[in-house]
Amino acid sequence: MSTRPDLLYSEEEEALRAAVRDLLTDHCDTAGVIARIETDAPHDLALWKTLADGMGLAGLLVPEDRGGQGATHREAAVVLEELGRAVAPVPYLTSAVVATEALLACADGGEPLAALASGRRIGVLAVGLHTAPGAAFATVRQEDGALHGRLSGIADAAVADVLLVPADDGGLYAVEAGAVTLTPQTSLDLTRPVAEVTLDGAPGHRLGDAEPAVRRALRAGAGLLASEQLGLADRSLTEALRHLKDRKQFNRPVGGFQALKHRLAQLWLEIAGLRAAARSAADALATGEDTDVAVAVAQAYAAPVAVRAAEEALQLHGGIGMTWEHPVHLYLKRAKADSIAHGTAGAHREALAGLVDLRAP
Amino acid sequence: MIDAAELRRRTQELLAAHPPADTGRLDFLHARFDAGLAWVHFPEGLGGLGAPRSLQAVVDAELEAAGAPDNDPRRIGIGLGMAAPTILQYGTEEQKRRFLRPLWTGEEVWCQLFSEPGAGSDLAALGTRAVREGGGPSGSSGAGGDWVVNGQKVWTSSAHLARWAILIARTDPDVPKHRGITYFLCDMTDPGVEVRPLRQITGEAEFNEVFLTDVRIPDSHRLGEVGDGWQVARTTLNNERVAIGGMRLPREGGMIGPVAKTWRERPELRTHDLHQRLLKLWVEAEVARLTGERLRQQLAAGQPGPEGAGTKLTFARLNQEISGLEVELLGEEGLLYDDWTMRRPELVDFTGRDAGYRYLRSKGNSIEGGTSEVLLNIVAERVLGLPAEPRTDKDVAWKDLAR
Repeated sequence: MSTRPDLLYSEEEEALRAAVRDLLTDHCDTAGVIARIETDAPHDLALWKTLADGMGLAGLLVPEDRGGQGATHREAAVVLEELGRAVAPVPYLTSAVVATEALLACADGGEPLAALASGRRIGVLAVGLHTAPGAAFATVRQEDGALHGRLSGIADAAVADVLLVPADDGGLYAVEAGAVTLTPQTSLDLTRPVAEVTLDGAPGHRLGDAEPAVRRALRAGAGLLASEQLGLADRSLTEALRHLKDRKQFNRPVGGFQALKHRLAQLWLEIAGLRAAARSAADALATGEDTDVAVAVAQAYAAPVAVRAAEEALQLHGGIGMTWEHPVHLYLKRAKADSIAHGTAGAHREALAGLVDLRAP
Repeated sequence: MIDAAELRRRTQELLAAHPPADTGRLDFLHARFDAGLAWVHFPEGLGGLGAPRSLQAVVDAELEAAGAPDNDPRRIGIGLGMAAPTILQYGTEEQKRRFLRPLWTGEEVWCQLFSEPGAGSDLAALGTRAVREGGGPSGSSGAGGDWVVNGQKVWTSSAHLARWAILIARTDPDVPKHRGITYFLCDMTDPGVEVRPLRQITGEAEFNEVFLTDVRIPDSHRLGEVGDGWQVARTTLNNERVAIGGMRLPREGGMIGPVAKTWRERPELRTHDLHQRLLKLWVEAEVARLTGERLRQQLAAGQPGPEGAGTKLTFARLNQEISGLEVELLGEEGLLYDDWTMRRPELVDFTGRDAGYRYLRSKGNSIEGGTSEVLLNIVAERVLGLPAEPRTDKDVAWKDLAR
């Protein structure tokens, strides 16, 4: 596997996909998600418990001897594809990928890591969701072991049991959620809401160095986000196709008009590309080979495709697509928020300029 | 069942009996064909051993390591990729024995007489006529007699080098267009065949126009039944798309390579606008490469996906956009062109000439082998299951179609 990434899905990965999809079909329909996001508790913690605890999926990236399942990014990517398809309001990317990777990078990540891996607790890295791997991130002030400051744009903080907080002394600290003030921010994507975290002398336990942990966490987050975007794009195309085959105007199925057929075919091509790019990133994260380039390529490609897929789905649904009742706005809002999460496509292209030696003027 | 080890053994046996160093090129190729090592997935006696196609690589690697000559496959791509699989599927025993061996060795070059000035995307509307003289009446399936062919074909590569052509012609104008076509193997040395180079926008002539005037084809050179030519041609065309989409590339292996090289070597040409566009295209080229690689992995794993239908669409668009960017990047040099001399190249090397050539030649990528517009319809209908285009030509006799 040294020269060619494995871009396929194994039988085990397909079985995992089927199990997650079955669960989501039964417990995460879009009408339910729409109803949930109008409440103060948009996250589906019952679903999370089944995924994390019941199916053991929160610990995929954690070795068995540290309390996890000892799987790889390839399997986590398949889970994220399915969660993306369902726009499931669960903290998988934030807790089971990003926070977990940060803890794996820390010398003293052991106890919180096992708690996250088992699904007993939810952890969140307190770095703004928009932050690209390698970009600067905000920190809080550390004074005599207590932390002071305010961090915004923290995804899924509302359901976190523990926050991983970078401080100005270069350390990454574990802070209990009960010790901070959480202020929900009205979010574009209500299925992955962001919040402001205020620390006013909160006690923290130093886990290790923040910089390498955050870099590693955001790289994994960015790489696997492409799989979520793939699921989202594929679902958008599926819904658009379903509608266009069913909807009749001018005494014909609307999907028979060539102007629309070509747009959908073009979208399908881009999604096929996204599938290859997302598998490449997941495989590179798993093997550690060519990872920076594979992740940057996947993220530079994924966001425009996922956003366009959702935008096309909305447009091709016509008026019904503009209603609150119809689920297409869930895909659009998630896709647009994802296009900012862990760095925009442009930020990843800029990273590539350095990685593959295509320097700016 | 023949496995890799057995193929290796047979290849070594061939090399021992015909050491490449002391064997003439053609003698070696004949021996290889007769040993069933030409194309191992073909039947025994026709250059193969009925082995899985994927095992061909085993034979090729052994022969290459031994320094054996090959059949220069790039020169005879139409024969290998299109004529051969069609003859294999539809040919009589006599036709297979007569044509496949010299086709594979390259002793006889093949070309394809399909497209016409009036039948491009709508190939089945073709108007080249074949009328039977002697034997049974035209339109009957009885054998015998000669066919007399009149018409014009276009975009024929290698016509000026070819000994044989695969040809489709109309044998019955009174039935709907798909049902009145018959497939022939046409002798390019017939005095009624006139080949004229067709100069293209790059200045050279890769292709030809072929004028057919009272060309006589014996009925024994008909491939498949009278009136079944469209069905037979579909085999040819499906193989054409496989041949076009099948290359494996390293990173920066396609059109993006020369642009990236120029960018690195000539910082004085860089602008911010070009930088943004270059990075975007670089990413798209890399994703297209990964998509192609994924498709190959699916094929190797015996699970072909529908992605193949899209490979050519993406490469056509990227080749055009990347080469367009390259001309612009070159600034003042982009105003120049290497050579407008009318030539007839035997091989086409997209990256072997300058940016202006690449820009102009790649315009053909979205036209040749199925236009992008038709391919998008194919994806929409066969992959996505969307309704077919409304047809007004299916139940109308060919002679009554608008033209």
